[in-house]
Formats: sequence, C-alpha cells, structure tokens
Amino acid sequence: MIQNLTTEMFIQSVANAISVGSLYAMVAIGYTMVYGILRLINFAHSDIFMMSMYFVFYLITIFALPWPIAFIAAVLATGVLGIVVEAAAYRPLREAPRISVLISSIGVSYLMENFGVVVFSGIQKQFPPVPAFQSVVVIGSIYFQKLSLYMPVVTAISVVGLLYLIDKTKIGMAMRATSKDYETAKLMGININTVISTTFAIGSMLACVGAIMWGLKYPKIEPYVGIMPGLKCFIAAVIGGIGNIKGAVVGAYLLGFMEIMIVLFIPALSSYKDAFAFIMLIAILLLRPAGILGEKKADKV
Amino acid sequence: MIKVENLRVNYGSIEAVRGISFDVPDGGISTLIGANGAGKSTTLKAICGLIKPASGEILFNGESIGGKDTVAIVSKGISLVPEGRKIFADLTVLENLKIGAYLRKDSLKDDIDWVYSLFPRLEERHWQLGGTLSGGEQQMLAVGRALMSRPKLLMMDEPSLGLAPLIVSDIFSIIKEINSKGVTILLVEQNANMALKTADVGYVMETGEITLSGSGQSLLENDAVRAAYLGT
Ligand SMILES: Nc1ncnc2c1ncn2[C@@H]1O[C@H](COP(=O)(O)OP(=O)(O)OP(=O)(O)O)[C@@H](O)[C@H]1O
Ligand SMILES: [Mg+2]
Repeated sequence: MIQNLTTEMFIQSVANAISVGSLYAMVAIGYTMVYGILRLINFAHSDIFMMSMYFVFYLITIFALPWPIAFIAAVLATGVLGIVVEAAAYRPLREAPRISVLISSIGVSYLMENFGVVVFSGIQKQFPPVPAFQSVVVIGSIYFQKLSLYMPVVTAISVVGLLYLIDKTKIGMAMRATSKDYETAKLMGININTVISTTFAIGSMLACVGAIMWGLKYPKIEPYVGIMPGLKCFIAAVIGGIGNIKGAVVGAYLLGFMEIMIVLFIPALSSYKDAFAFIMLIAILLLRPAGILGEKKADKV
Repeated sequence: MIKVENLRVNYGSIEAVRGISFDVPDGGISTLIGANGAGKSTTLKAICGLIKPASGEILFNGESIGGKDTVAIVSKGISLVPEGRKIFADLTVLENLKIGAYLRKDSLKDDIDWVYSLFPRLEERHWQLGGTLSGGEQQMLAVGRALMSRPKLLMMDEPSLGLAPLIVSDIFSIIKEINSKGVTILLVEQNANMALKTADVGYVMETGEITLSGSGQSLLENDAVRAAYLGT
C-alpha cells in the first residue's frame, strides 16, 4: 500500500484534510457555543445544518438568485431559524432541569427531519453547482478543487471574527458573563434571552457556511444529510473541549486530518472512515475527558 | 426611596420572608441585620427581582416594582452587591467594571476613575482575571462593579464578610463616602456593631420577620440587640 504513496497524493491529502477540517470547524463551533451558554448538547444543530442546505437549494433553483446572494440569504435565514428554534423549544424550559431541554432538542431534531421528508420529500436533491468553487486548478502536477483553497480562508476569517466578537465587544463580554452566571448577568442589566438568541444566531449562521462547504464538496441533499456531519462535528467539539471555541477548531482539524490520513496510509481501512471519529471520541473520553483545551474544573451549574 | 409592604417570599414550602414592611429613606444608609437564615438575602433578591414575591408590595420612588423582571428593575437605578461577591472569574478586573455599566451608553471614564480612587488596588490589577483576585480584592471589585451603573440605590449583601478587621473599617468608610455622593444605601450585615454605627436606620430580622427597628444609635443601645448580635 504505502509503496504507491506519492508526494502528490500526500499533498493532495493534506489539502483535503485542511478543507474537511475547515468545514467541521464551522459546524463544531455551533455545538460548543450553545453548550457554553446553555450547557445543552443541541441535537437540532445537525438539522439546522440540513435545513440550510435546502435554503440554498431553493434560493438558487426556485428563486433563481445568483449564488453570492443566495449564500448570504441562506446564512441569514439559518440565523433566524436558530433563533426560532431556541425561542420555541428551549426558552420556555429556562428554569426546567437540563434533561428536559435535552429531550426538547431531540424532539426538535426529529421534527425538522420529518418536516424535511414531508415538505422537501425524501428524494435526494442535487446541491446547485457553483463552478467558481468546483472548478479545478492545477499546481504543478497536483489537482485542487478551488473550494479546498477557499475553505480554510473562510474558516480562518470566521474564527478570527468570532474570537474578536467574543473577546473585544460588549455583546461578547455579555456572552462570556452569561455563560458563567445567569443571575449575576441579570444584575448587570444583561438581557440573557437576547444573549442566548445571539449565540444561536451565530452558531446557526456558521453551520450554514459549513453546510454550503459540505454541499459544494458532496453535492447531495436529503432530510437526513445533517446527521453524520453533525455527529462528527459534535465529536470534534468534545475532542477539543466542549464549551471552548478554539478547542472546537482544534478538534475539527484534528478529526479532519485523522480521517484523511488514515485512509491515505492504510487504504484498507477506507470503508471504516466514518468510524474513526467515534474511536477518537472514546479515546479522548478515556484519556482526557475534558477535551484538549477543556477546563478540568467541575461543572458548577 | 424603597418602601416594602407585607412582603412574603417562599422557596417551595419554606417561608423565608413572612410579611415584612420597612422603609429605606432617600439619601440615607439603612441596614438590615439578623442571624443566619433570617431572610436578609432573600429580601434583597426580591427587591431586585431575582425571586418573585409570593405577596406584598415593593415600591421604588412610589412605583411598584415587585415581581418585575430584574433587568427592568436594575435599569431604574437599583444595584446589588450580591452575597459571595459573584465576580466574573474569566473577565478581567476592568471588564468586570465595564460590565457593571452594561446598560449605559455614555463615557465610563469618570466612573472608572472614581472606583479606582476608592480602591487603588483595582487600578493596579486592572488587567488581572477577576477569579485570581484575593477575597478582599474581589469584594472591592464587587462594590466597584455595582457603582458603575450609577445607581440611585446601592444594596450590599454582607460586604465585610471574610475581610480582615482593618479592611472592614475601610469598607465602612467607603460606604459612607459613596453615600455622601448621594447614593442611598441598603446594607445587609453580620457585623451588627459596624453596621449600626454606620447606619441612620436599622431593622432587625429574625426568622423571616422584622422584630425591631429604629435609628442605628437606638438599636446599638437596645438590650435585646446587644445580647443577640453584639455579644455584650
Ligand atoms: N434557593 C433556596 N431554596 C430553598 N431555601 C432557601 C433558598 N435560599 C434561601 N433559602 C432559605 O431561606 C431562608 C432565608 O435565607 P437567606 O439566604 O435569605 O438568609 P440570610 O438572612 O441572608 O442568612 P445569612 O446571614 O446566613 O446569609 C433560609 O432558611 C434558607 O435556608
Ligand atoms: Mg445572606
């Protein structure tokens, strides 16, 4: 196996791993942000991802919008969807035990999947092609989809922007305060519902960016399309240390590299590719349960 | 400034506050003293909307605020230094001060300077994370943070708890200084001696009820108070 490995293949795989990691990062951040502020594993996140792919599909195929406008509109619509899901399914349970909120998120997840089957039909749709991203560039003897060059750039800009928002702005400060202590945040005059809505909007919009990347790379849409990427990105967030945004990014790239590199070096395992994430999850839970960048501190809430 | 009438607060079946009435006069320092579990913190929490009263009235400058949302109450000019300080551990000292002024849109410079002049230690450590401050420094930060909203009424829940005796007298003189700037104060204290010496009006709470009230001086001289809270 290894004797067939060429430098070209290796470089191509690295590029592929970076782009897959970039995609995972966009979705993993949403899991980690919602966990940070609500201590909730948001099962509906993978379905928000799925819905956003349909938004892009319909905006381009039915409304015939050019792709840049369709992408922006889909990102905004997904942000609104995140706010609506939070307001309808989680806000009424603010004082309820956390397990109730978790169950509610599983309910919303099933609801959206079944909504997808009924309204969009279970038949697979084709994600609209965008040649600007999908065309191939040749550098030396290596072929890249343009996409794999753009994806890390988009992720880098998004992550830097998000970290700036959280570390340097007033709403970011309110988000950090709210994630630690609702009561004291309220005493400061912070409307915690607004802060939580903002968190959902940001997480959902980033998931939409991730979904667009996914759709361009694997152009099939169906109502269950979010489940596998959702699970993997949740695992990436746990690996990095759930609740920690930088951790989610680290976990996402680590998972991307593991998946691609194991297949490159041991092609015989390629049909088990989707299982690596779960093996990594088990390994991290055994070795470092708080995740790579997670705090060891016990959960006070 | 604050008028509480027949306030009752329950936690499930526990009656923590059982129909108390008291006044916090404009511009003065009032204190609520009493043993552990008397219901002092519960009363303060009810005033700022962190707990909904079971019944009774809370009037702020004549306007009913009982049962209102905390953000609405705080934005009227009430600020609480909570029991146990509740500093945001992952925010810097300066950020903790800024978040105290969350509802304000004007310049914070004068207020930050004022807080730094009250507590020079905070200026030295403005870059440090709140969670890494000592207990006494955290208490200073909690008071400073509460001042940043420019409150009309500042409520403090045991600001002297866990402080060295020298710092305790500092805190009380700072409370007087804050009051002299026109901020009405409602002080909850275990340190009955210092509290009553500082306060214009005092109330003694026992198991959810107010059993005694009067000027700070008259309570200091009251035999029952002396026996129960001053140990003399
Ligand atoms: N969250 C809660 N749930 C149930 N009971 C509570 C809760 N908070 C307070 N209590 C009870 O209400 C009563 C009054 O408590 P509170 O905290 O107001 O007392 P306190 O006067 O502030 O006492 P301390 O001086 O010890 O701070 C106590 O019996 C306490 O056990
Ligand atoms: Mg108390």
